[in-house]
Formats: sequence, structure tokens, C-alpha cells
Amino acid sequence: MENKTSHKENFLKGIISENPLFVSILGTCPALATTRSLESAIGMGILFTIVLISSNLLISLLRKIIPEEVKTPAYIVVIATFVTIVGMLTNAYLPELYDTLGVYISLIVVNCIVLGRAEAYASKNKPLDSLIDALGMGVGYSLSIMLMGLVREILGTGMITFGDIFTFIPRFSIPLLAYVNSAGIPVYDYSIGLFTQPAGAFIVFAIILAILAFKKNRKEENEKATQLLLKKKKKEEEAKLKEMEGANK
Amino acid sequence: MEYLVAFLLGIINAMLVQNTILSKFLGICPFLGVSKKPESSVGMGFAVLFVITLSTVICWPIYQYVLVPAGIPFMDTIVFILVIASLVQICGLFIKKFSPSLYKSLGIYLPLITTNCAVLGTVQLNNSLTFLNSVGNALGTSFGFMLVIFVFSCIRVRLDNSNVPKAFKGLPIALITAAIMALAFVGLVFNFVN
Repeated sequence: MENKTSHKENFLKGIISENPLFVSILGTCPALATTRSLESAIGMGILFTIVLISSNLLISLLRKIIPEEVKTPAYIVVIATFVTIVGMLTNAYLPELYDTLGVYISLIVVNCIVLGRAEAYASKNKPLDSLIDALGMGVGYSLSIMLMGLVREILGTGMITFGDIFTFIPRFSIPLLAYVNSAGIPVYDYSIGLFTQPAGAFIVFAIILAILAFKKNRKEENEKATQLLLKKKKKEEEAKLKEMEGANK
Repeated sequence: MEYLVAFLLGIINAMLVQNTILSKFLGICPFLGVSKKPESSVGMGFAVLFVITLSTVICWPIYQYVLVPAGIPFMDTIVFILVIASLVQICGLFIKKFSPSLYKSLGIYLPLITTNCAVLGTVQLNNSLTFLNSVGNALGTSFGFMLVIFVFSCIRVRLDNSNVPKAFKGLPIALITAAIMALAFVGLVFNFVN
């Protein structure tokens, strides 16, 4: 039972407390570049998670064989191999995704999260733990970039479109920031084109980080305030006790 | 003459219009990490210039004359990353020998050039260009990187002393600054095209 909860915690830490994108600020390049739409963010998240899981698993299995001196180059070769495999599979089965992500697929090799998890976790822990760690980190990262993709696509185009990249589902779009004019045609006047451009990516990322910082600050302030209150109460009680003692005397 | 014009246009295009950081989103990690002081940002810029240019000069012939004739162009990622990793090692030794102070200030970020996506990204995008154009592209990319990271670090020094809302302190306000710089570069694109 104890083991089970630790697995769960191991999985959840990648999503919340050690979120690679919003807490550790790693892997920012693909997070900014591939979040123009929700769909491409989902694609990037899936490819990234596959590479992270498989490389973490293999590195954890090989952790006693790889000598200490050539650790990093060996990890990079393992990761690059998986990235090449994933890239070729994507090119064969989802060419639209391959074209959209372009050079960023092969740039998963130099994503700090993959190498970081290999160095910090997979090289020291058992395969099952590493697998769960990688799954948590991958899902946490995917959810973070999907959030950015969602915000950017809604603000930038006024709707969410599916089916452009994952061509196996029929193409459909959900209008969100649109109104229907007198001729019955939906108009997207409320969308801000800036958010599909590079500047929009920076702004969305900055605002998400600021919201997180704001929450953290408020939590700290609350804790401080409660601590002060507790101290005050203690002092009052002590004073009362002294008074009582004085009265007793 | 024609070649020279294409070469120079390639440099300007890669430096300003298709800027590595602000429009291609390559090399964001060092952009945010090493840009606290102007001196270390210039040092990082020179290290990146050295590594990008040399790895282009080495990787382009490897791709065109070894990988393509051998029928294994899909191996490019693995081969390039190994070339870049060894170049970074050499670059580190070089800087350590000639400028120990710069070596100290670059610190942890020097080995991180290996995982700087600007290097691998540029080298891979060069596969479809001619040799001269890819060298121009590499030079322009690294000049663009240097320009943006230097300007950004100067702004950041000022930001430290300004009164920013508490939630935006540190990284968020830096990212907003980067967004405004990216807007300026979008303006450059339109002027260049028109």
C-alpha cells in the first residue's frame, strides 16, 4: 500500500509541484514555438512524452552498464535515436503533424527536460520508477503546452479548430469569440491576431507565470498572517496566565 | 558579385527578419538564463557564434558528402549532436585557456550550448541550402542571437531597479519585454517584405 501511494506521488509531482514548464522553466523553446494552435500543442505533447518515456526507460535499464565518464554523450545518443524513430514514424503516418512541427521534432533531442530527467532521475532509479517519473513529467509538460495552445488559439483566431493536423478525424471548429451578423455569417471581430504571432506566445507565457507567482505570494502572505495571529494569541494567553497567577497570589 | 549579394542578404535575413530567438524561438533557455548581465551575455553570444559557425562548416559537408550518398540522411540528428557536443568541449577548453574570467562568468551555461536548440536547429535548417548560404545563415543567426541577448540584458539591468508589480517580478516581466521586442521585429518583417 505504501509503495502504491509513492508511485502516485511520483506521477503527480511532474504535473503539479515540479511541473517542468511552469515551475522549473525548462523546455521553453517548443512551448513557445509549437503552441500556435491547440492541435499542434497536443501533437508536440504526445511526441515529447513518447520520447521521454522510452529514453528514460532504456537509460534506467542501462544505468549500471554506462560508465560514469561518458554518461552524457551516451544519454544524448539514446535520446537522439528515439527522436529519430519518432520523427520517421510521424513523417510516415501523420505527415501534416510532421510539416507543422518541422525542425522542432528533432529539437526534442536538445530539450533540457529529457536530458535533465535522464541525469537526475533515470540514471539513479529502477526502471518502473523512472517510467512513472517520465510519464508524470511528460503528461505535466503536455498539459502545460496544451493550456498555452488553448489560450493562444482562442484569443488569436476566436475559435478552436480540429482536424487540420490530425487528419484522421473530420475537420470541425468550435466558434468561441464570434457573433453571428445580420446575414447569418459568424464574424470573428473579437479575436486578437497578435496571439498567433511570436509576441503573443511570450505574453501568454508571462501572464501564466505571473498568475502562478501571484498565487504563491498570496499563499505565503496568508501563512505569515496566520503565524502572526498565532503569536499574538499566544502572547495574550501568556499575559492572561500571568494575570491569573498574580490574582492567585 | 551575385554570390556576395546573396550571402549578405542571407546574413541580414537570418539576423533581423527570421531572428533566432524572437521569431523562430530557438535558444530561449540561454536567452532567459544568461541575460542578467550585459558582459556575460556578450560572452555567451561569442561562444554561440563560434560553435554555430564551426558546426555548420563541419556538418554541412558531412551531410552532403557522407550521409546523403550513403543513403542515411535520417541519421542527421544523431551525427550533428555528436559533432556539436565535441565542438562545445573544444570551445570550453579554448575559452578556459584564453579568458579564465569569461570562463568563470559563463559557468554552467557553457556545456549547455550543447543543448542550445539554436545550434542544432540552425545546422539542420542548413541542410537544404548551398554551402555559402548556410555559412551566411549561421553567421546571421549568431549575430542576431548576440544582438537580441545583448539588448535584452541591458533592458534587464534597468528592470531590476524599476518598480514592477510583485507578481511580475523576475521572469514574467522579462518575458513581457521579450514580447515587445518581438513586436518590433515583426514590424521589420513587414518593412523588409514590402
